[in-house]
Amino acid sequence: MTSALHVVPFGDDALLVEVADLAAVRRLDDALRRAREEGDGSVRGVVVDQVPAATTVLLRTTPGADLTALTTAVRRVWRSARTADFVGDVQPRDVVELPVRYDGEDLAEVAVLTGLTVEEVVERHAAATYTVAFGGFMPGFAYLVGLDPALRVPRRATPRERVPAGAVAIADEFSAVYPAATPGGWRLLGRCDVPLFDVTRVPPALLAPGSRVRFVPEPEPETAAAHGRSAAPA
Amino acid sequence: MSAAGDDVTARRRQTPSAAEAAGPGGRAAVGPELREAVGPEAREAVGPEARKARGPEGKEGVDPEARLAGGRGALEVVDPGVLTLVQDLGRPGWAHVGVGRSGAADAPALRLANRLVANDEGAAGLELLMGGLRLRARGPLTIACAGAPAPVRVGGVAVGMHAPVEVPDGAEVRVGAPSSGLRTYVAVRGGIDVPPVLGSRASDRLGGIGPAALAAGGVLPVGDPPSAWPPVDVAPVRPWPERPWRLPVVAGPHADWFEGGLDALCGADGYRVTPSSDRVALRLDGPRVVRVRARAAAELPSAGLVPGAVQVPPDGLPVVFGVDHPVTGGYPVLAVVRASALGVLAQVRPGERVRFVRG
Repeated sequence: MTSALHVVPFGDDALLVEVADLAAVRRLDDALRRAREEGDGSVRGVVVDQVPAATTVLLRTTPGADLTALTTAVRRVWRSARTADFVGDVQPRDVVELPVRYDGEDLAEVAVLTGLTVEEVVERHAAATYTVAFGGFMPGFAYLVGLDPALRVPRRATPRERVPAGAVAIADEFSAVYPAATPGGWRLLGRCDVPLFDVTRVPPALLAPGSRVRFVPEPEPETAAAHGRSAAPA
Repeated sequence: MSAAGDDVTARRRQTPSAAEAAGPGGRAAVGPELREAVGPEAREAVGPEARKARGPEGKEGVDPEARLAGGRGALEVVDPGVLTLVQDLGRPGWAHVGVGRSGAADAPALRLANRLVANDEGAAGLELLMGGLRLRARGPLTIACAGAPAPVRVGGVAVGMHAPVEVPDGAEVRVGAPSSGLRTYVAVRGGIDVPPVLGSRASDRLGGIGPAALAAGGVLPVGDPPSAWPPVDVAPVRPWPERPWRLPVVAGPHADWFEGGLDALCGADGYRVTPSSDRVALRLDGPRVVRVRARAAAELPSAGLVPGAVQVPPDGLPVVFGVDHPVTGGYPVLAVVRASALGVLAQVRPGERVRFVRG
C-alpha cells in the first residue's frame, strides 16, 4: 500500500487529510477512530466529527483546537496503522445481512450492459461481502465497496426524480441502499425493507464507515424477514 | 419502516436534491433546492405539511398539553412570521453517517440571548427569519432577544433587545422585521423544551432532522428555569457592522486549483448574495473564478465540508456553505471563512454585497 499522507487545514477548526485511495481511507479512518476510542489524548476530545470520503478524511475539532498538534498526532496514527501487525479493521465486525427482493426496474438493463443474464447479475451482487467506505449523501446512506467488477455500470444519463426508500442500487464501483426516497441516478436492482436510518435509534444509522454487509436474496416477498440479522449493527 | 423513518422520507421530498455533486442523486450542484430564505416558498415551510413531516416531536412536541399538566410554561404560536425555527448549538458527531451539525446560524447571537436569561448557552431558542413572529405566553416567562436588531413588544409595550424581559401570563410577544440583518434570536428562560433528536433540538433544513418550523396554533413547551438568575439588565453589544459585509477568509484545501488562488476571491467589488441563499449556503453573483489550466477539467472526489467553506462549481460563482451544509461536497474549496465570522453569514440579506478579505 501507498504511504502518502497530505494534511491541510480546512479553516480554523478542521483538518483535511488526503490519502491515495479508498483502501488507504479505510485504514486511516479505522485507525483514527480506534485512537479516539482508546483515549489517545491528542485526538480524543479534540476531534468532534470524523468524515471519511473517497480519498480524504475530514477531522472537525473543538473550537480553537491546536491543529499543529493534531497534525502530528494524525501522522503518528498513520505510521502505526501501516505497521505489519495492524490488521485492517478496528475490530472484527459482524456482517450485517440485508434481505433483498431482486425485482429492480433496471435489472434487465444491467444484464444487457454487463453481458450477463439477470440471474447472474443477482448471483454476483449477492455473492460479495461489502464494506461501507463512507457516507455523506443523505442521512444513513452508505457507499458500499466490494462490488464484483463485472457489475460495474455507469449511472443513468438522466437521474430518476424519485428513487423509493429501500432501493438497492449500483453505480460505478459502488452499491448502496437508499435509506429514504430521493432523486437518484443509480441503477436499481431490488428492494430491502430493513430500516437503515431512524433518528429514534442510537446509533441512528444501521451502516457506518467500516461496517460489513451482505445481501441475501429473498425468494418470495411474503416470506420476507422484517429485519436483517446482525449481532452488532454498525 | 418506523413512523420516524417515514417522517424523514416525507421531508426528503420537500428538499428534493441533497446537494452533493456526483452523489447518488445525480450530478446536481448545490442547486435550486437552496430556497428557504425570503421567497414566497418560505411560507410553504410553515404549513400543515411541514408540521406533520418531522421527527418524533411531530407527535409530541407540537401537542404538549399533556406536558403542561405539571404547570410549566409554554409559548403559543400566534403567527410564526416568515420562517421561525427551533435551534440550539447543533448535533455534532454524526457527520460520518450523513447527519450534519446544523444549529443556530448566528451561534454567538443565540449564546448571548441564552446568557441573558441565565440559560446554558446551548439551550434551544427561536431563530426568526425577517421577524414577524407573534407568541403568547402561557405562564409567566422571561425572554431575551439578540441578533438582527428588531422591534420587540411585550403586551403592546416596546422593550429592548439584549436584555432579559418579563412576560406576564397571557401577554403577547411580537418581534417585528429587523432594520438590518436577517435573523433575530429569542431565548426563553428554561429553554424551548421540544424533545431532542439525536441529542439536539436543532432544526436541520437539509437533512430534515429535528423540530418542524413553527406553525400558527403550535405550542412550544418551556423547560424548567435554571437555578441561576439573569446576570445583567442589558448586555452591551458591538455596533452592527457597516456594509458591505467583510468576510475574513483563509485559503481552502484547493486554492491552487484557481487562477490567482485566494486573491481571485478577494477583489474590491465583492459579490452580491442571491435570493436562493438559505441556511444551507449563500449563493453569490459577481466575478467568476477561473480554474488554472492544469485543473480545467479535473474531477474532485467528494470530501467532507465545514460551514464557511467557499466552494466553486464549474460556473465559477462561489457558494459559501452555512450551518445546514451537505456533509460532503464534490467541488473544489477555494477558501474558508474564519470561525469568528461565521455568525455574519447568517445575517447577510439577499441583494447585499459581501467582500472577502485575507484574514
